Amino acid sequence: MMNNIYKKFEKASIALFALASTMAWAVNDLPGGPAVRQLNLHPPVTKIAEEQVWLHWFMLIICTVIFVAVFGVMFYSIWKHRKSVGHKAASFHESLKVEIAWTVVPFVIVILMALPATKAVVASKDTSNADLTIKATGYQWKWGYDYIKGEGEGIGFISTLDNAQREMSNSGKPEPTDDYLLKVDNPLVVPVNQKVRIITTSNDVIHSFAVNSFGIKQDAIPGFVRDTWFRAEKTGDFHGQCQELCGKEHAYMPIHVKVVSAEEYTAWVAEQNKKMAAKQDDPNKVWTLADLMQKGEKVYAANCQACHQANGKGMGPIKPLDGAAVVLDTDKVKQIKVLLNGQNNLAMPAWKQLSDSEIAAVISYTKNNWSNKTGQLVQPAEVLAARQ
Amino acid sequence: MSAVLHPHGHGADHAHDDHHGAPHGWRRWVYATNHKDIGTLYLLFAFTMLIIGGVLALGIRAELFKPGLQLVNPELFNQLTTMHGLIMVFGAIMPAFVGFANWMIPLQIGASDMAFARMNNFSFWLMIPAAAILAGSFFMPGGAPAGGWTIYAPLTLQMGPSMDAAIFALHILGASSIMGSINIIVTILNMRAPGMTLMKMPMFVWTWLITAYLLIAVMPVLAGAITMTLTDRHFGTTFFNPAAGGDPVMFQHIFWFFGHPEVYIMILPAFGIISQIVPAFSRKKLFGYASMVYATSSIAILSFIVWAHHMYTTGMPVTGQLFFMYATMLISVPTGVKVFNWIATMWKGSMTFETPMLFAVGFIFVFTMGGFTGLILSMAPIDLQLQDGYYVVAHFHYVLVAGSLFTMFAGYYYWSPKWTGVMYNETRGKIHFWWTLISFNVTFFPMHFLGLAGMPRRYADYPMQFADFNALASVGAFAFGIAQVYFFFFVVLPTMRGKGEPAPQRPWEAAEGLEWEVPSPAPFHTFETPPKLNSDATRIVA
Repeated sequence: MMNNIYKKFEKASIALFALASTMAWAVNDLPGGPAVRQLNLHPPVTKIAEEQVWLHWFMLIICTVIFVAVFGVMFYSIWKHRKSVGHKAASFHESLKVEIAWTVVPFVIVILMALPATKAVVASKDTSNADLTIKATGYQWKWGYDYIKGEGEGIGFISTLDNAQREMSNSGKPEPTDDYLLKVDNPLVVPVNQKVRIITTSNDVIHSFAVNSFGIKQDAIPGFVRDTWFRAEKTGDFHGQCQELCGKEHAYMPIHVKVVSAEEYTAWVAEQNKKMAAKQDDPNKVWTLADLMQKGEKVYAANCQACHQANGKGMGPIKPLDGAAVVLDTDKVKQIKVLLNGQNNLAMPAWKQLSDSEIAAVISYTKNNWSNKTGQLVQPAEVLAARQ
Repeated sequence: MSAVLHPHGHGADHAHDDHHGAPHGWRRWVYATNHKDIGTLYLLFAFTMLIIGGVLALGIRAELFKPGLQLVNPELFNQLTTMHGLIMVFGAIMPAFVGFANWMIPLQIGASDMAFARMNNFSFWLMIPAAAILAGSFFMPGGAPAGGWTIYAPLTLQMGPSMDAAIFALHILGASSIMGSINIIVTILNMRAPGMTLMKMPMFVWTWLITAYLLIAVMPVLAGAITMTLTDRHFGTTFFNPAAGGDPVMFQHIFWFFGHPEVYIMILPAFGIISQIVPAFSRKKLFGYASMVYATSSIAILSFIVWAHHMYTTGMPVTGQLFFMYATMLISVPTGVKVFNWIATMWKGSMTFETPMLFAVGFIFVFTMGGFTGLILSMAPIDLQLQDGYYVVAHFHYVLVAGSLFTMFAGYYYWSPKWTGVMYNETRGKIHFWWTLISFNVTFFPMHFLGLAGMPRRYADYPMQFADFNALASVGAFAFGIAQVYFFFFVVLPTMRGKGEPAPQRPWEAAEGLEWEVPSPAPFHTFETPPKLNSDATRIVA
């Protein structure tokens, strides 16, 4: 009977492994991001990352050598000192000399390991004399970048996961995509070979900003400013993801850093400045409902849909907007305040970083979409007034 | 009476029993004050929680089998990861070791029972409502807590009412642990048979003595952290809310001041079990007993000063990172000493490899792998790449599963003849061992690669380059889960029903300890009068 069960088990496991091997996904390595079946750390792009990679090899080799030696001894003993080959047990059971030896030697090895590690720690903490300083703010669930000092200061934008990729995740059947869950609308752009200081903070809960190719990881903590730095020595696209559980979309707020040459960076800065000037809201503009709906639909898709769903029905603890009291309320300020300040301890985040016209548009959209037919319009001027 | 459910005519052992009001039926269990019965209750409870926590893990691995969300939405996924952690740590591992403590400590020190038998009952039965609240939190509005088992603020301030339920459950579990620890310390310090000095105690008793002190020191700290979370959520305090002057990082400090000794609480009793089994199956005394006591004590003391290695990326100054790095690296020294002592015990012994020894040797091998990845993680520069990723997940599963859980299996195989009076089926035990060892490694070894490649933890979906190793891990996880179901139905249950070869008093010829001086199964009451011991305190002299 055992034989029968064993045979069945064998067949089942072969089938399972065959199934598993056909699941190999047809994607390519992503330069600056993960490689398919990657076995080791990312290829380093900064000196700090290089030191980390070196340190890891150093530790791995020493640990493997010790492991092989120690377990070589153990398996030798298992082989030779078995009762079944007739080995009789010795009777020794202590030795002060040996205990001292195998306390002191590992202690010395640990000290030798700590020396290069110390060097690396001190280097990675020195954020002084940066060429460019950028603040990265963690939001639920996206990153905001503000260029604070250096070429490009004054530029600020939000970087969100590509919406189509987010939908692909929900579908359960995402197409093979090399930068799946790593693509954003507005990457962080920095010049190559310059010391960039990243200041991290958060708007709500703790997030963590990380780019493994640079060897950096720094928690983004609300109410605190922390910093880290990198000097990228190669141009290219480099990816990271949020590295501290921050709620339901934790897996969906990637980091994309585009390292470009000095000339390309200058050109990009000029382009950004032009864009920002164009985006300045005219606070007195009066919008039509059709225009508000059109803009609001886009704002909804980019910001609200992930939680409140395309059908406005929400899910689980996420409240529906279709038929919601605050949306249908004749007092528009109520809904404006919810969007500006958030609600439920920021389980509904604050959206005050959106422009007045974006907020006005998306509120108007929710008030006139699905089964909501209030006919109400919200103008950017009303949002501006509510901010005071 | 013995611990078997339906004893099959083990007539002889009743000769020593007084049956004055020995309980029967449900009262035996609900009013249990007998350390053997309470031990059985704890072990069965822990196994149930292991299965529940395991099902949650299979939910996680099923979702992560392929990229894309197929089975759960990200909120539910976060609930699964959180509850898997909380249930395994507080519902499976900790109670299981308490179960071993209850069964074995009085037997090993020649005491009739634990010092506070009724408080012992209370400690156990507290766990049932706590577990019900914890498991039931899935059905509360908003679902179970979803902030990770580490429940960091300020994320926890956003959770629904299940967060409060979890805090309540953790308070109850903490109270249970503290009472249990007091019981263990008082029992060990006061009720050892004459002649059993501290330095003649079995290692399992030593490790539990030290663990109990750790528990008393740190469970109140956890209670503090979760109470502050509760008052922040509902009573207007702002301990962790920066907008009002609070400090979210302070939560991490308080939590990890508990959390790091907690992981040693989960491994020291395991070390104790191994220190009993390896000498028995090597037919040679434990090498370096005194050294083992000092090493265990050093590990316990050092465990209090390393907590911020869980916080390397929070932004502490250079000196802080260096201090915690050095202190953490230092713990590997006494831990290494223990591994060397076990191997020295095996060296030039006369070994046989029944299932307890298989699990013990497997433990030494695989736990040490986890120890090395811990040493690598302790290096702050490397941790910058690996923090909050799958390398960490691999590390702690190696030390908790291949560490703690394997020793529990080893302890079960070693001591169940004493508990049940029958021998487990050795062939099935071996099947369980190899199946568990192989599927464990298939599940968790690829996670090292995922971590090095940058896959973050607590992610419901991931870049597709991570797909193959995730698929492999998921297959391994299901195989591992089925192995434990096999273990319960084909190994444990038959022995509980009394099916198997009758076990001799000392089934392992070289096993030492007072538990082997009583019949198998151990009678309901043992050592009602303190035994007279030989000079080694390992045998009873007439």
